[in-house]
Amino acid sequence: MSYLQHLEDQSIYILREAFSNFKNMAMPWSMGKDSNTLIWLAKKAFAGKIPFPLLHIDTTYEFPEMLSFREWARKHYELDLIVMINEEARKRGVGYETHDPVTVTHELKSAALQQALAKYKWDALVTGIRRDEDSTRAKERYFSPRTAENEWEYRDQPPEFWGQFTTAVGPGEHVRVQPLLDWTELDVWEYVRREGIPIPKMYFAQNGRRYRSLGCWPITKSIESSVDTLEGIVAELKTTKTSERAGRAQDHHERNAMQKLRAKGFM
Amino acid sequence: MPPAPKPVPKDYVPVFFPKRQGGAGASGGAEEARTSIVVVGHVDHGKSTLIGRLLADTGSLPEGKLEAAEKASREEGMPLEYAFLLDALLEEQAQNITIDTTRIGFRYEGQSFEIIDAPGHREFIKNMVTGAAAAEEAVLLIDAKEGCKEQTRRHGLLLSLLGVSQVIVAVNKMDLVGWDEARFRELEKEIREYLGGLKIIPRQVIPISAREGATIMRRDSKNLGWWKGPTLLEALVASRAKKASGDEGPLRFSVQDVYRFDERRVVAGKLESGTIQVGDPVVFFPDRKTSRVKTIETWGENQASTRVGAGRCVAVTLEEQIFVERGHVGSLPDHPPVESREVRARIFWLDAEPLRLQAPVTLRLGTQSVETRLVAIDRVVDAEKLEAVNEAREEVGRFEVAEVRLRCRRPLVYDAHDQVAATGRFALQRGSRIGGGGIIIFAEYSLSLAKAVKGDHLTWTEGRVTSEARAGHFGHEGAIVWLTGLSGSGKSTIAVALESLLFRRGIGSMILDGDNLRHGLCADLGFSIEDRAENIRRAGEVAKLMAESGLVVISSLISPLRKEREAVRASSHSAGLSFAEVYIDAPIEACEKRDPRGLYQKARKGEIRGFTGIDSPYEKPENPDLILHTDKESVEDSVAKLLAHVLGLVQLKEKDQESAGGPGGQI
Ligand SMILES: Nc1nc2c(ncn2[C@@H]2O[C@H](COP(=O)(O)OP(=O)(O)OP(=O)(O)O)[C@@H](O)[C@H]2O)c(=O)[nH]1
Ligand SMILES: [Mg+2]
Repeated sequence: MSYLQHLEDQSIYILREAFSNFKNMAMPWSMGKDSNTLIWLAKKAFAGKIPFPLLHIDTTYEFPEMLSFREWARKHYELDLIVMINEEARKRGVGYETHDPVTVTHELKSAALQQALAKYKWDALVTGIRRDEDSTRAKERYFSPRTAENEWEYRDQPPEFWGQFTTAVGPGEHVRVQPLLDWTELDVWEYVRREGIPIPKMYFAQNGRRYRSLGCWPITKSIESSVDTLEGIVAELKTTKTSERAGRAQDHHERNAMQKLRAKGFM
Repeated sequence: MPPAPKPVPKDYVPVFFPKRQGGAGASGGAEEARTSIVVVGHVDHGKSTLIGRLLADTGSLPEGKLEAAEKASREEGMPLEYAFLLDALLEEQAQNITIDTTRIGFRYEGQSFEIIDAPGHREFIKNMVTGAAAAEEAVLLIDAKEGCKEQTRRHGLLLSLLGVSQVIVAVNKMDLVGWDEARFRELEKEIREYLGGLKIIPRQVIPISAREGATIMRRDSKNLGWWKGPTLLEALVASRAKKASGDEGPLRFSVQDVYRFDERRVVAGKLESGTIQVGDPVVFFPDRKTSRVKTIETWGENQASTRVGAGRCVAVTLEEQIFVERGHVGSLPDHPPVESREVRARIFWLDAEPLRLQAPVTLRLGTQSVETRLVAIDRVVDAEKLEAVNEAREEVGRFEVAEVRLRCRRPLVYDAHDQVAATGRFALQRGSRIGGGGIIIFAEYSLSLAKAVKGDHLTWTEGRVTSEARAGHFGHEGAIVWLTGLSGSGKSTIAVALESLLFRRGIGSMILDGDNLRHGLCADLGFSIEDRAENIRRAGEVAKLMAESGLVVISSLISPLRKEREAVRASSHSAGLSFAEVYIDAPIEACEKRDPRGLYQKARKGEIRGFTGIDSPYEKPENPDLILHTDKESVEDSVAKLLAHVLGLVQLKEKDQESAGGPGGQI
């Protein structure tokens, strides 16, 4: 069995375990390559039907092209899609024009997620995070509990082994279910290629630039690249030494910015 | 801020549709294999430093990562700390300690590895276990100056429990002992001896210095000129274990769920072991209903699969619509798993609050989840000396390893860990948190498949009175004494004598006689092969119920077939009951001469058909618990022997007797 096949099976196992153990789960969905891989895996896990809603947290700084992709995917996959905007923060004037990226990320992403959790009372959220993205994500569990305040108690994580996960939570708490934890950026691209998963065109070069990771437009930089095929992306990744999220400003704002963001509910 | 991106035209298609390469089963993916290696050892012996060094030396770090570690080290007021490449949390950097496990990938010489950093501090053993359970191989690190310490040994012990037997030992910080070969050899001897006690033979014991980068990727001919063995990376590349696919094992299909999202009824689950094929007759435990596999469902594939192997998560539809639910385990009829309420296991406990005798915990094995109690602690293993601690224990404390017996509220489906690893290990959960785990060290496989359960949606109800409480009350335990032998061998005579002897000692007992049963419970059965089998099955079930209620049941049935007697034995043990097979041995000539009811005579004349020993076979027990030669010894002698044996089974140990009150308390 190929390693990619092992990853696929493990992710499917995790998705099913979550669905069987939690009463009310949802899947935050950012439309990027990891998110689209997750949809694909969920389709496989549940024999063609995704039995829970998807959540898009719209920061209002989305690339228009990505919003157009969102509508395409909604129809194509017959998604039960919820869109959430932190209207309250926008009214207060929170935005990249006036605030630092860590604050904006917290308000428009983490706080918006908190609002959605309060409204829909989900007990589990499926995320597409991977260990190789960031050194605090490298310390994550497949099933990672969050407090009622949406906080990650990274100092005291529960043990997790032999496919036995944390599946019970207290009132108001939820569990982050992370089926892609063991995947690398390269694995995701190889899998997209193997399976033929539709993904946003923005990952491919236009006028000599392409995006390696997609976030809010004011803080997401494209990279110089002429790559316009999946083979090209895979080949480029095998030689690059730049990290994937190098183009995202909020990660580099200060020492351990990601740890602080993530402790407070960021994915 | 960059200018806002322009809106996209209405008819623009923002989607890239890649050409599909192959899908499941295709060899796709540059990396066909990835070996997971955990680095373990005592706190501060240099595990994170070693991994940081491996990543740096092999050029596996993304741009800026080393600089960030340098910056963090400066802020903490120290020179470059390679450990900071892994210890990413501020708390970890401030205390220079690893709190939680990290997993990170790297490539070397075209091979792909995943390195797992485990914390060495005893406070974080749960995180070490989390990391090590995901590994196929381990590097056990020892500080050359400090030598083997508490966690060096405990990590070794835990590795053996977690099934990680491929171990490389690295003796680190050789720079601190002047690169001394004698010191290295001394430590090598010590650790080889310790691991030997765990049946672990380290592949290599290698002297290194993580900080100086000696014998990791590069050799250090100046300081370690005497070392002729491999570097750590060479050892890692060479020792890449050949992974067994698991396809050869018996089928174990853990059912995760049954989906009915459309007109299909799909059984979704994981193949823990073995392969499954369209057309296979799959028996689902614990109900033992059988159905053939109709289809293997796949989504997004051009071609349906007809056969899948171990490790795969599949969804199947079944020919016959039987009742299946989460927690059931599918198997083929020839290699069934064990189904039992009794579990003998070696466990490790991680929670601060100890695991006490009789306290309820949830046992989670595959997709099964069963309420369980710890009913006996046979021995606690001391990590220091690997010896059993010789004291009666009421609890298993934090970080302890113990051999125990657990009793489940309803039957658990499992294997011995050395037979099928995936269905031979479990986690123990208390409240909402996993507090420990264990491997199953014994499983009694039965020779034949028990009858399928006809009803659906059955549950298992257990009263509040435990078997221990019952035994305490009556002053003895229940048990099944199964007498087997030819007609006229003396079963009834011995049964009657034993019953009254037991009764006089205050031990509740009752005879289950074959002919008596045929008047009532088995009145509908004749003497065909099937009916005789059913007769034994019913007698066995009744004996179990009576023994569970606290009685010593003396069964007196010819029970000629080995397979059927073994089935009763296995099912009694599954219920946690003592079972003694007693062979009443008298040659057929002697029995025929006795012929108390004139049956042999009738059989010889052909008036009775299918008479055991005449025209129907009797299979002698292969390993009876006791043999009584009724043709050679007196009834008194036979009964005395039997009584001694039975008392050994049912009498309470001294400790329990003190608390025993009630009618039989004085035995
Ligand atoms: N002199 C010397 N010091 C070393 C060597 N390897 C590691 N150290 C130092 O030992 C200390 C502990 O190293 P770590 O890598 O953090 O130890 P660890 O085993 O990961 O510790 P925990 O994860 O907390 O159990 C650090 O100060 C390292 O710089 C070595 O080869 N020689
Ligand atoms: Mg460490």
